[in-house]
Amino acid sequence: MTKEYKTIVEISGPLIFLEKTEPVGYGELVHINLPDGTTKRGQVLDTSADIVVVQVFEGTGGLNDESGVVFTGETIKLSVSKDMLGRILSGSGDPLDGGPRIVPEKMADIIGAAMNPYSRMPPEDFIQTGISTIDGTNTLVRGQKLPIFSGSGLPHNEIALQIARQAKVVGSEEEFAVVFAAMGITNEEAQYFMEDFEKTGALERAVVFLNLADDPAVERIITPRMALTAAEYLAYEHDMHVLVILTDITNYCEALRQMGAAREEVPGRRGYPGYMYTDLASLYERAGVIKGNKGTVTQFSILTMPGDDITHPIPDLSGYITEGQIVVSRELHRKGIYPPINVLPSLSRLMNSGIGEGKTRDDHKAVSDQLYAGYAEGLDLRGLVAIVGKEALSERDQKILEFADLFEDRFVRQGRDEDRSIEDTLKVAWDILSELPEAQLSRIDNKFIDKYHPAHQGK
Amino acid sequence: MEIKGEIYRVAGPVAMVTGINPRMYDVVKVGHEGLMGEVIKIEGKKSTVQVYEDTSGIKPGEPVINAGMPLSVELGPGLLESIYDGIQRPLQVLQEKMGDFIERGVTASGLNHEKLWDFKPTVSVGDKVKGGSVIGTVQETMNIEHKIMVPPNVSGTVSEIKGGEFTVDDTICLLSDGTELSMMQKWPVRVPRPSAKKLMPNKPLITGQRILDGLFPVAKGGTAAIPGPFGSGKTVTQQQLAKWSDTDIVVYIGCGERGNEMADVLNEFPELEDPKTGRPLMERTVLIANTSNMPVAAREASVYTGITIAEYYRDMGYDVSLMADSTSRWAEAMREISSRLEEMPGEEGYPAYLSARLSEFYERSGCVKSLSGDEGSITVIGAVSPPGGDFSEPVTQNTLRIVKVFWALDAKLSQRRHFPSINWLTSYSLYSKSLSDWFGKNVATDWVDLRDNSMELLQKEAELQEIVQLVGSDALPEDQQLTLEIARMIREYFLQQNAFHPVDTYCAFDKQYKLLKAISKFSDMATAALESGVPMTDIITLESKDELAKVKFEEDFETALNTVLKKMDNEFARIGGK
Repeated sequence: MTKEYKTIVEISGPLIFLEKTEPVGYGELVHINLPDGTTKRGQVLDTSADIVVVQVFEGTGGLNDESGVVFTGETIKLSVSKDMLGRILSGSGDPLDGGPRIVPEKMADIIGAAMNPYSRMPPEDFIQTGISTIDGTNTLVRGQKLPIFSGSGLPHNEIALQIARQAKVVGSEEEFAVVFAAMGITNEEAQYFMEDFEKTGALERAVVFLNLADDPAVERIITPRMALTAAEYLAYEHDMHVLVILTDITNYCEALRQMGAAREEVPGRRGYPGYMYTDLASLYERAGVIKGNKGTVTQFSILTMPGDDITHPIPDLSGYITEGQIVVSRELHRKGIYPPINVLPSLSRLMNSGIGEGKTRDDHKAVSDQLYAGYAEGLDLRGLVAIVGKEALSERDQKILEFADLFEDRFVRQGRDEDRSIEDTLKVAWDILSELPEAQLSRIDNKFIDKYHPAHQGK
Repeated sequence: MEIKGEIYRVAGPVAMVTGINPRMYDVVKVGHEGLMGEVIKIEGKKSTVQVYEDTSGIKPGEPVINAGMPLSVELGPGLLESIYDGIQRPLQVLQEKMGDFIERGVTASGLNHEKLWDFKPTVSVGDKVKGGSVIGTVQETMNIEHKIMVPPNVSGTVSEIKGGEFTVDDTICLLSDGTELSMMQKWPVRVPRPSAKKLMPNKPLITGQRILDGLFPVAKGGTAAIPGPFGSGKTVTQQQLAKWSDTDIVVYIGCGERGNEMADVLNEFPELEDPKTGRPLMERTVLIANTSNMPVAAREASVYTGITIAEYYRDMGYDVSLMADSTSRWAEAMREISSRLEEMPGEEGYPAYLSARLSEFYERSGCVKSLSGDEGSITVIGAVSPPGGDFSEPVTQNTLRIVKVFWALDAKLSQRRHFPSINWLTSYSLYSKSLSDWFGKNVATDWVDLRDNSMELLQKEAELQEIVQLVGSDALPEDQQLTLEIARMIREYFLQQNAFHPVDTYCAFDKQYKLLKAISKFSDMATAALESGVPMTDIITLESKDELAKVKFEEDFETALNTVLKKMDNEFARIGGK
C-alpha cells in the first residue's frame, strides 16, 4: 500500500476530496506529501468507490492538487510504552521535549473499543484530594469521571493542579501516574502546568500531550484519544492507577463544531454536531475499573462554560455523561475564597459507594447531607435578608444564615497547599455544624451526634 | 435465501451497499468481518445500512450478505436473568469470546441453545391450537413459570406432543399440517406482538415510593415519564422502580447511559432480594445495557429489543414493567442516524418522525387480553433527559403528549437533598381518578380525601411561600404559620424517602396511609389547639412532632408510630389542646 495518489479534486477547510482511488478503508490513516517535502497526516472520513474525503490533522495550509496522498491501510495508532512516563508529546503523539521517539511496546488503536459493561467493576475506592468541598461533599472515587465546570478567569487550573498533587488513596502504596492532555490551551497556561509538574516532581510519573491554541484545531480531535489510549495502556497493562486530566473540553467541542461545519453536516443545538453526545461519551466513558484488573483510569476534565452558562450544550451534554461535576463559582471567587467551589450545583454520583464505614467514616453521608441542607437554606435566607433585613428573621433563621457564612469561610476556604485529610474535613464540618442548634440537625442520626458532636465529646 | 452484494460507500455508522435486493429493515452482514447492520433506506439499486458495530477500516467493495430477515429477537426460556446489549447479544458471552472490551464482528445468540429445559406439555394430540395458545410450561426460574406459546401466526391441530428435557431448538410439538414447534420463537423487534384486546388499566402499580404511590400513581399497563436535568436523581428513581414495583417481570433498558452506572446495576441486581419471594430479583429481570460509547445504531435498536421481550411475557399473562433510561439518548441516536442519511431535519435537528416513533413505542404498553385469553400488562416508564433541564425541548414535549403520568424531577430539590426530588406541584397523574375505586377498596376509604387534602396543603404552602419571600414568616398570622409547618411535615416526613436506607427504601401502602394519617392527626389537633388559644411556639416545639419525623426509619414501624401517637395525645392534653 505505498501507492501515492495525486487525484485531489477539492480542498475545503481541513478536508480534501480525492477521486479514482483503490478501495480505501473508513477511518484509515493518511499521509499527505506536500510539494515542499513536508508530510501531513489525516484520516478518512467518508469513502466510496467514487470519492474519498480526508480530514487533515495539521491543517490544509500549503496543500495543492500536486500533493500526493498515501493511504496506510491502518487506522490511527499510538506507540505506547512504559517509557512514555516523563515525556512531553505533541497533540498527535510526537516528542516535543527533544527526546527520542517512543520505542513502542505495542501499537494501540486510539479509537478505544467500548468496555463491556459486564466486565466493569463499580468504582468504590475513595480518592482523597485534600480539598474539603470535594472529599467532604463531592467525593471522588477511582474509575470515576468528574469534570470541573468552570468559567474564564476562574482558578480551575490551580484546583486541577492541587488535585493532581494531592490525590491519593489512603493507606495504599500503589503505582500512580498522571496523563495530561492539553487541547487548545494557551502557551502560557501550558507553561504554568509544566512548571508545576517539574517543581513538584510530578513530571516523572506523567505523560503530557500538548495541543496548544495555535496548533491546528483538527488535531484536538485526536489529542484526548491519544491521551486516553496511553492511560488505558498504563492502567490495564502495567497495573497503574492513572489520573487523566483533559483541558479544555470546550476547545475540543469547538474543534468538533468546526469539523462538522467543514463537512457541511446538519448542525444541532448552537451549531454543535448532533453526534456530540456520542462523541463526548467515547472520551468520557474511557474511565473505569475492570474486574480482576489492578489498574484504573480516573478522569478529571476541565471545562470552561461559555458565559458561565451551565445549560450550554457543552457542559450540559458532559453532565449527562460524567458522574457528576465540580462547579467553580464566580461569586465565591470574587469574595476571595479559594477554592471557589460551589457545592450546591456540584455533585459526585459515585460518592455513596466511596464513603462510609471502612472507607471514610460512618457519619460521612449524614454530615454531607446536613451541610448541603443547611447551606442551601442559608443561601435562600440571604436572598430574603436583602429584602426584609436581618432583624425580621427568626432566631432559628439567623443561626442558619450565620451557618452559611461559616460554611464558606471555614469549610470551603482552604490554602492552595493545604492538604486536608478526610478526618480534618469532617472535623471542620462538625465544628461548624455545632454552631447550629442540635434540633436542627435532622439529617444526622442521634448515634452520630452522640459520637462526633463536639458538645458530646469527652462525656 | 442469502443474497450477496457489495459495499459502495462507508461514512461512520452508515454504509451504502449495492446488489442485495433488500426489503426495508432486513438484517445484513457487512464486510469481511460480517458486521451486523440493518437496511434503513432503499434508493434505486443502492440501499443504506446502519451498522451496529464500529466501521473503521471497512472498504468499498467488501461483500455484504442479506439473510432476508428483519432484526429479530429470540424468545423462549432463558431470557430471564440475562444481560444483553442493544441487539440481544448476551454481554457475558461477549466477554468470554473477546475479553473486557467489545470488539466487533462477534455474533452471539440471545438464548442458550445447549441448555436443557424441562418441558411439561399442557395439550394433547388432537387438540386444536391457534396463535398464542399455551402448549406447555417450563419452570424458567424458581418463581416464574414460562408458558410456551404457539407463535401468533400459526394454528392447527396437535398431531404429536412431547414432554421432558429439550433444548430450545428441539421440536416439541408437531401440528397436523407438518409445522414443527420448538420452545423458541423469533419475532421482529419493530413489529408489535398482537393481542386479542386492549383493556382499560384499573389497578395501580405499587412501587413502595410514597410520592409515586401516594400522590401520582401510575396504573398497571400505563405510561409514565420521568424528565429531569442531570443530577436530579432520575436514575435512582428508575432503579427504585425496577427493584420495588409489584410486577412479575422487569425489563430494564440502559439506553446510552453511563458504563459505571450500568456496572452498578449489573452488580447490584443479582444481589437484590425480591421483596415478595425472597429470591434474587434477577430471577424475574431482563437487563439490556447499551452504554453511551457502544455503537449508536444498537442503541437505537435497544428500546425495541426491550419492549418485544416485555410483550412476550405479557402474552403469557404476566404484569411487566419496562424502564427505559433514557429515551432522550434513544432519540439522539435517531437524530444521529437521520443526519447521516442527510434527511431533512425537524425541530432541533431531530428527525420529523420523532413524535411518531415515540408514540409507537409508548403505545406498545397497555393492559391486554392476550391471544390465549390471559390478562397481562406492560407499564412503560421512560426517563427523559432534557438538555439544560428545559422541558420545552422536542423529546420532552413529544413524550408529554403521549404519557399519562408525569413525574417532574427538580434539580433545586435535589440540591437541597430532598429525595426523591419529584416536584409535587408540576407533576401529575391522569390515573388518580380512575384508580380511586381501587384505593377506596384496598387502602382505606378515606385515603383519597387524605391525599387530596395533603395536595391542597402543599399548593397552599407554595402560595404562602411567595408572601414569606416578601415579608418573612413571622409576619404571617398563626394559622398560616401552622399551614406552613404542616406542609413542611408532609414534605419532610412523608414525601422525602431515602432510597439507600434499608427500611425507608420501600414503604408499603398501609404504612404510607398510617404515616399520612398521623400527620393529618397532628394537623387537626394543632388547629384545634391554636383555636383554643395555645401559642404557636408551644405547638411546633412538641417532641412528638420531631419524633414523628423518624418513625419511617424504624424497623418496627407500628410500635414506633403508636408510641409517638400516644405521646402526641399526651402532649396536646398537657398544653391544653383538647
